[in-house]
Amino acid sequence: MRWRWLLLALLLSLLPSAALAHVPEGGAGSVMAGLLHPVTGIDHVVAMVAVGLWGAVLGAPAIWLLPVAFPMVMAFGGVMGLLDLPLPGVETGIALSALVLGVLVMLQQRLPLAVAGMLVGLFALFHGYAHGVELPEGADALLFSLAFVGATGLLHLVGIGLGEARRLAWGHRLLQVVGAVIAVVGVWSLAQVGGA
Amino acid sequence: MPLLFAHLMQTGFGGFYDGIAHLFLTPSDLLLVLGLALLAGQQGPQGGRLLLTLLPLSWWIGLAVGQRWGLDLTLALLSTVLFTSVGVLVALSLRLSVQVLAFTVAGSGLLFGLINGFTMPSASSGLPLDVLGVVSAVALLSVLISAQVAATRSTSFCIAVRVAGSWIAAAGLMSLGLLLKA
Repeated sequence: MRWRWLLLALLLSLLPSAALAHVPEGGAGSVMAGLLHPVTGIDHVVAMVAVGLWGAVLGAPAIWLLPVAFPMVMAFGGVMGLLDLPLPGVETGIALSALVLGVLVMLQQRLPLAVAGMLVGLFALFHGYAHGVELPEGADALLFSLAFVGATGLLHLVGIGLGEARRLAWGHRLLQVVGAVIAVVGVWSLAQVGGA
Repeated sequence: MPLLFAHLMQTGFGGFYDGIAHLFLTPSDLLLVLGLALLAGQQGPQGGRLLLTLLPLSWWIGLAVGQRWGLDLTLALLSTVLFTSVGVLVALSLRLSVQVLAFTVAGSGLLFGLINGFTMPSASSGLPLDVLGVVSAVALLSVLISAQVAATRSTSFCIAVRVAGSWIAAAGLMSLGLLLKA
């Protein structure tokens, strides 16, 4: 019987909005907004995780080079978006990032480091640009940016952690499944872009 | 960046603790000290020693000059450019000459000290305990982080340091964009 109560408690914990009686403001609000911004779009989330996953597939030095380079290039794209500088095909680029990275993870494809860096850098530019265009007005710039970059980095870390499963006996199959799911999200996003 | 962040925090424990809290509650100051400590640590023990000597001293000089001028300025754009550049240097893990490191550390300390000094009122008691608190916190944080970075040779730790630098740089870049837009 005890496990049923535990299950009920766990289910109740999935209703956090009940506790959100007050809207966070000021610095706390900016941190919350920054943390949540990268995880509010499924296409962004899967692409960030895929970067970490593919880094793990590529191994050293890509496993650490990609997470070092990605935030900086993404922030550069964010500045372009904030300043309304033109960048064509942003939504298509984001959808393609999930599709291409998903396929690369699924096939566990190893490309030369320079090619991998350029590909991920290009995708980072699109993601950063989209985030930059959508950034909320009135947020505390630095706290928001810190939380935003931290959340993105943690998504990479999730991908790297998942990618490390390749060392296990069933790890390769897991990577294939996760890569396929990411690619499907990419196809769905592409269809959304095409339908819009 | 709101002007509020530039003013001294009131902890209720007196000027010394207000000064310490000021550093830890001002993200730009904290990121600069963190970035400089990582950068100095990457240069080895010599970098750490140089940081410990120059940063608190230049911060204190800047504070003293700023308090004398007493302007209500945060120079947000300039300070953001500065800590962003430091983050980029850490992410690139560049070996710097002693002169370049000394110039970077002293220049940063003077600027951030000056900004602190603009908005921190001189203590009515005449004892600059808040100044002492800020400078002590800067020195302590610098020595703890730079020593750890200089002493640790593991590859994964060096990668973590570079990732931290890239996060500082990325947050600074996005912050710059938001400041320019505003």
